[in-house]
Amino acid sequence: MITLEVRDLVAGYGPVRVLEGVSLDLTGGEVVVVLGANGAGKTTLLRAISGMIPVQGAVRLDGVDVAGRRPEALLRKGVAHVPQGRGTFNDLTVEENLRVGGFTRTSAEVAEDTERWLDLFPRLRERRDQRAGSMSGGEQQMLAIARALMSRPSLLLLDEPSLGLAPLVTADVFSSIHSVVGELGTGVLVVEQNANLALGIADRGYVLETGSIVSSGTAAELSADDSIRRAYLGV
Amino acid sequence: MQLFVQRVFDGLQAGVIYAILALAIVVIFRASGLLNFAQGELAMFTTFIAWTFLDAGVPWWAATILAAVVGFGIGALLYRLLIVRLGGPAGNPLAIVIVTIGLFLILNDGAGIIWGANPAKVPRVFGDGRVEVLGAGISVQVLGLLGVLALLVIGFGLLFQRTKLGLALRAVTSNQESAGLAGVKVMTTLMIGWGLASAIGALAGTFTASQNASVDTNMMQVALIYAFAAATLGGFDSPLGAVVGGLIIGLVSELVVGYVDVIGPDLRLLPGFVLVLVVLLVRPQGLFGSAQVARA
Ligand SMILES: Nc1ncnc2c1ncn2[C@@H]1O[C@H](COP(=O)(O)OP(=O)(O)O)[C@@H](O)[C@H]1O
Ligand SMILES: [Mg+2]
Repeated sequence: MITLEVRDLVAGYGPVRVLEGVSLDLTGGEVVVVLGANGAGKTTLLRAISGMIPVQGAVRLDGVDVAGRRPEALLRKGVAHVPQGRGTFNDLTVEENLRVGGFTRTSAEVAEDTERWLDLFPRLRERRDQRAGSMSGGEQQMLAIARALMSRPSLLLLDEPSLGLAPLVTADVFSSIHSVVGELGTGVLVVEQNANLALGIADRGYVLETGSIVSSGTAAELSADDSIRRAYLGV
Repeated sequence: MQLFVQRVFDGLQAGVIYAILALAIVVIFRASGLLNFAQGELAMFTTFIAWTFLDAGVPWWAATILAAVVGFGIGALLYRLLIVRLGGPAGNPLAIVIVTIGLFLILNDGAGIIWGANPAKVPRVFGDGRVEVLGAGISVQVLGLLGVLALLVIGFGLLFQRTKLGLALRAVTSNQESAGLAGVKVMTTLMIGWGLASAIGALAGTFTASQNASVDTNMMQVALIYAFAAATLGGFDSPLGAVVGGLIIGLVSELVVGYVDVIGPDLRLLPGFVLVLVVLLVRPQGLFGSAQVARA
């Protein structure tokens, strides 16, 4: 179990400021969703948390400030990040992708977990020796998640897992996420534009607009909020 | 027949060097997606270092290993101190190409200043002996080099396919950002990739010197051109392709110059490049390359 506290996080690209002081919390095996329109700063938020871009403010894991640490270091502290666009290693086979995911672990652990995720995602087992780049978007998203889980993270950051996927495939991806994290007790911070499915698996959520959190609440509260329903649920 | 066998081995003798240097180019390309035009001059520079050791009484094999170790260090530092400043694999490729060309000139002049421009004598590492193959007398030098090349290919094949370091190198090439997110130490991995390439280059250099029985500052320039042709022919992301490409280019050059009267030694470079052109028209990614490289 891990606690994540983000406090007054400011980040951007060069002179361009994208995050204007974001604060949010995640405790233990919670699934927390950050909703935001295209360009709101969702990707930037996850990149800032996992140390891919310079930041100001605090990112505390179990009370320890890790802001400014590189992704390699964050991973060793239990944070795994599935980037937007999935970030699979397209020239590597499915199995090799999983092995890279388990890079920080022993070969025995890698062998064991590889079988575990291949059992959970039978589509990946069928394509074990196939290049990741030759798979469909949904399969790549499953692979990206399995790859991240290979490090046995206590916190999983997911950047728009629904992006570019057909609605049925997205539903499949979300139900896989739901069952896996439920079983492992992994905390999940997922950013999404597509609120429907994300709120369905989330415990709590935040709404991000142009780099600032504008509202927050339980998944049920957010689903019931009229303005959120109009903006992110398409009703 | 005897003449043919002789020419085949002469071609292989040249081809081995192109193959080893092409392997160095491909290792860097695979690790960082960059081309190092100073690869040949780095090889020459480390060959002078080997020669310095030889001159001090170190046996040739130890001098070669020492040169490879120094080459590893130079390659790794070059990446860390220069290429990273230019943005590494994410930097402007044109700027990096220009810088490696500048490095080419610096190393060439530097070696001239340190060791003098006049060729220095070196011994033939595998001796001057000859063995008879199908009626032709083949120097053991060629056979020894082919053996070294085979070991390098097997060694690097195993490194890339079977070791954790190889997996890291391939992951970094495929998607640097995701490699970092998976806990791979990207900077260290790239330094090792550049180091390995320069160590291989040092071997190409010392073997060239041993074939020519001399070392001089311009010894790797033609070989570098052939090595780029070899890497192009074989496919820039394929170590096996680089080696096969190097051997084919060596063979084709030798056989065409030997058997086609209008193409004399002055046009030596031509046949290999015509071959590269023809292959690229049919298979833009090269013989063993994967298709993405052609699109990139
Ligand atoms: N590499 C970058 N350089 C400069 N600006 C960027 C970069 N990436 C994103 N931005 C800008 O930052 C803002 C937030 O982008 P992003 O975090 O990708 O939003 P989201 O993921 O919510 O769609 C956008 O205005 C975008 O144009
Ligand atoms: Mg985004």
